[in-house]
Amino acid sequence: MLRAPRRPLVSVPDEWFHRIPGPVFGRIPVQPSDADLTRQHQGEPLGERIIVTGRVLDSDGIPVRHTLVEVWQANAAGRYVDPSDDHPAPLDPNFTGAGRCLTDGDGRYRFTTVKPGAYPWANHPNAWRPCHIHFSVFGPELGSRLVTQMYFPGDPLLRFDPILQSVPDQRGRDLLIAAFDLDITEPAWALGYRWDIVLRGRDATPRERPA
Amino acid sequence: MTPTPSQTVGPFFGFALPFPDDSDAAAGPALRIEGQLLDGAGEPVPDGLLEVWSGDQFARCRTDSEGAFHFTVTKPPRESIPKDEAPHLKVTVFARGLLRQLATRMYFPDEEAANTRDRILNRVEPERRRTLIAERVAPVLHFDVRLQGDRETVFFDL
Repeated sequence: MLRAPRRPLVSVPDEWFHRIPGPVFGRIPVQPSDADLTRQHQGEPLGERIIVTGRVLDSDGIPVRHTLVEVWQANAAGRYVDPSDDHPAPLDPNFTGAGRCLTDGDGRYRFTTVKPGAYPWANHPNAWRPCHIHFSVFGPELGSRLVTQMYFPGDPLLRFDPILQSVPDQRGRDLLIAAFDLDITEPAWALGYRWDIVLRGRDATPRERPA
Repeated sequence: MTPTPSQTVGPFFGFALPFPDDSDAAAGPALRIEGQLLDGAGEPVPDGLLEVWSGDQFARCRTDSEGAFHFTVTKPPRESIPKDEAPHLKVTVFARGLLRQLATRMYFPDEEAANTRDRILNRVEPERRRTLIAERVAPVLHFDVRLQGDRETVFFDL
């Protein structure tokens, strides 16, 4: 894989680059129904119905309001709709696996979906990706744009996964693992997971600062 | 608070992140930009995603099997650009094999004087600046992104 740049990244002052406003995502269509991945087809998808919710915060802990969160995932059998996925697990005619929503006034997002399955990949012998959901978040600044993956607690594949393990420290890896939460779980309906996302940089909203 | 770590976009985003007319952000006179995303062996990267924006223009394009991408934009008006910078587009690159996105810029070839004064271009070694300036290949602008190699594109620390 000859993809990561070999030359050092060029540094420029934060104010010239990180702190400039990030991309305006307003052309990306978002319908309220896009946040429920279990209702995008005539029937309901197979799998364990789950709710994934949390807040998007900046590094000062301030909620990032009305920002776009996009998700994509495999179905419960571990197969992506994407035509380039050749894993011989079944597609689900009632599941695409893509969703979008805007965070609310508290920075909160919420998706209803099914738990994605693990799937094999050719990285090394007997390599399997742990269950995960891909997230893409915009935030207010160029430096806050984030694409990452959310994992599930207790997954036995986590310690073998070179993608999760590319985060060098345990504390960082733990930030990518959602927490099971009975308060989010809807009785007799769906298991609940909580996962907060912290973006780099400060909120672009001006605030009073001490003199 | 500690920022959430980035993870690769992976290979399977193509059914989720593209949206209708995603590569067309033109809000006025339209200018087409074409290019290729290339790896260190000069091979096309067929599963990359690029985003460009400037002011209120935002576009997204997934590379095709040849690593090719294209955008339609309106050249950013000078008044929308900081006075010590030349007109440019901000460009972000995502791909399998990159732990985090890469940030670069595309400058315009017909802005030689402004490019010479641009404070960001002036942070770059002179011989590498041309990786950031598109070429006029009428009727389009051509801008390749090279992830590695002799002509590796300049990427900025984000």
